[in-house]
Amino acid sequence: MDLISAEKLEKMTSMEKIRLILDKVKTGKIVVLENGLSPDEEVRLIEITMTEIRVDEFSGIEIESYPVKKEGSFLNKLLGKAIKGRMTVIGPANQLRTIEKDQFQISTKVSVGD
Amino acid sequence: MGVFSSFKIGFGSWIHRIFGKKRAKIGLYGPPNAGKTTLANKIVKDWSGGTVGTVSAIPHETRRAVRKEGVEVRSNGSSLQLDIVDTPGMATKIDFKEFMAHGMSEPEAKKRAKEATEGVIEAVKWLDDLDGILLVMDATEDPYTQVNVTVIGNMEARRLPLLIVANKIDLPEASPSRIKAAFPQHAMVAVSALEGKNIDELYQAIAANFG
Repeated sequence: MDLISAEKLEKMTSMEKIRLILDKVKTGKIVVLENGLSPDEEVRLIEITMTEIRVDEFSGIEIESYPVKKEGSFLNKLLGKAIKGRMTVIGPANQLRTIEKDQFQISTKVSVGD
Repeated sequence: MGVFSSFKIGFGSWIHRIFGKKRAKIGLYGPPNAGKTTLANKIVKDWSGGTVGTVSAIPHETRRAVRKEGVEVRSNGSSLQLDIVDTPGMATKIDFKEFMAHGMSEPEAKKRAKEATEGVIEAVKWLDDLDGILLVMDATEDPYTQVNVTVIGNMEARRLPLLIVANKIDLPEASPSRIKAAFPQHAMVAVSALEGKNIDELYQAIAANFG
């Protein structure tokens, strides 16, 4: 399992983050992002995941994060800049399974590889 | 050309103001099997006749986005022209074995899985070209799915209107209140697209949110 710090994520472009996540997940790793992805990055991750699905090799990802939280100043909220990503866990769909999730807690089950 | 375009836009707005009609391109989003196509068919049947697509218990029955133009919805004395876009179910994983569990042969299941991945990509692409979203959730399921969280996050980031439709309230285990508690900041209507239950409330909410 790899825990990736907010500092590291802040220095990366969206595509670099997505590539990093998918490269790790495709080798069977579970990735925990301290600050998560932006809503736009999340849909791009889903989009690129779909292009990389291969029968009997990679069936996709399990991704879990909390609903986004708006933070920051009134001006940032007004400009739509106050939406922050939140802690996110991503893993191979055949190894990571969400048991339960609510606004405050995500419970997952991880199967150790063969 | 620019002057002519401005004139057309200005004239269009003037016409809309006079007759109280507006137009919006609305996407139906949600996880597979939430009832998006059943709802799209119901809306289109009620207001313009015909259907949008076929429905099935097997996930990812809709694998291409389908747009139905000019569906005029009337509610509370106002009228709204909708372009309804029924999108394929959004998912983060697609395994052909899931389709085989529904009785499909392996080649059929693999073909469906391939088409389903293309459908998800198409649904993502459509997000850039919509005026608002009906996010259809199965009221018998846990609302905190990543698809729901991601679609809601995107609409909030784009500051586009979103109306949550808690579908399948005809089923005894349905709990629309659980959906409302999960996403209290957004308008929600509980319906049964299959039976037409509460569908008038949905049309009122569509007029209020997208008009």
